[in-house]
Amino acid sequence: MTKQLTRPLPRTWWLRKAPYLKFMIRELTSVAVFAYTLLLIWALWSAADAGSFLGFYDFLRTPLSVWLHAVVLLLALYHTGTWIALTPKVMVLWRDDEQVEPDFIAGVNGILFLFVSGVLVWLVFA
Amino acid sequence: MAVADRTVLEVFRYLPDQDAEAGFQSYEITYQENWVVLDALNHIKAEVDPTLSFRWSCRMGICGSCGMMVNGEPKLTCETFIRDYDTKTIRVEPLTHFPVIRDLVINMDDFIEKLPTVSPWLIPEETPVEEGEYLQTPGQVAQYKRFSMCINCMLCYAACPVYGLDSSFIGPAALALAERYNLDSRDKGMRQRAAVVTAHEGIWECTYVGECTQVCPKGVDPAGAIQMLKLSYALDWAKALVLPKFGRS
Repeated sequence: MTKQLTRPLPRTWWLRKAPYLKFMIRELTSVAVFAYTLLLIWALWSAADAGSFLGFYDFLRTPLSVWLHAVVLLLALYHTGTWIALTPKVMVLWRDDEQVEPDFIAGVNGILFLFVSGVLVWLVFA
Repeated sequence: MAVADRTVLEVFRYLPDQDAEAGFQSYEITYQENWVVLDALNHIKAEVDPTLSFRWSCRMGICGSCGMMVNGEPKLTCETFIRDYDTKTIRVEPLTHFPVIRDLVINMDDFIEKLPTVSPWLIPEETPVEEGEYLQTPGQVAQYKRFSMCINCMLCYAACPVYGLDSSFIGPAALALAERYNLDSRDKGMRQRAAVVTAHEGIWECTYVGECTQVCPKGVDPAGAIQMLKLSYALDWAKALVLPKFGRS
């Protein structure tokens, strides 16, 4: 066998083009979502007694907490957007012999997401 | 009358029989407006440098032989017009993620060995011959047709960083082919393909970068096929869990 040349991917492969970079950002948003679940677990844990829940409540009111929530919200929205964009790939629907337009499926999922989010916001602030 | 213009092709060279380092060689050429990158490579080989090696065959986007990286993107060079590039130079490399045998020629053994592992053929239920042929409606054909258009050009493998990082991944084209047969109304081989398709190196290795679909010259959508496979095998697993009598054989 003739000597062959292998060219391994460099560690910076994800900087080579925009779609790779967007993919990496999408994957990293999962870290933010995971971190926020830890915060929610802290909330549940602190609810066991009034003293520690007040401590948690005070943390929520700090500027650091507000900034963290804003950043996590943006990342979570980006992550959600990528999921909604993915839905037509998985939900392949047919009407008679015609495939339902992927944009229609993504659009319906997007509207459902906005509706459910709106209901949750209304429940919290109403 | 086609208009002539000049450009520089930076072509990847690797000559294992000469101990020179692999690198790029520049060729300044005059090209016609209707030239594709493959025309330029054939011109270089015929008129400038007969030592240049590359694969090609049909010159019409059917055989899938002339896939190369053009300015960093996997392309069929027979469909890639030079006039569409406004860069001063056009860089031509062998498909990434594959070993290079010589110049622009890659070793495709890994891909060829993986293709048959997903049983890419009809596995029908045994029925008596006298019942006649297996009939399909146009709607049943439409279910799988887009996944049947693959020409094995391997552009999707060159675009997939998962395969680039871990070559044990079965890869986009082979998995799309598995879904092509799973969706065929004449086929009952979904569970037979499960061992390979749902292995760690199969669908679960895919992290949905999605570039395989973007570069496919035939609109096959391997990324979509893999997500559909994930859903169908997950549902099949759940069904076997809840209703054991429908369990996997």
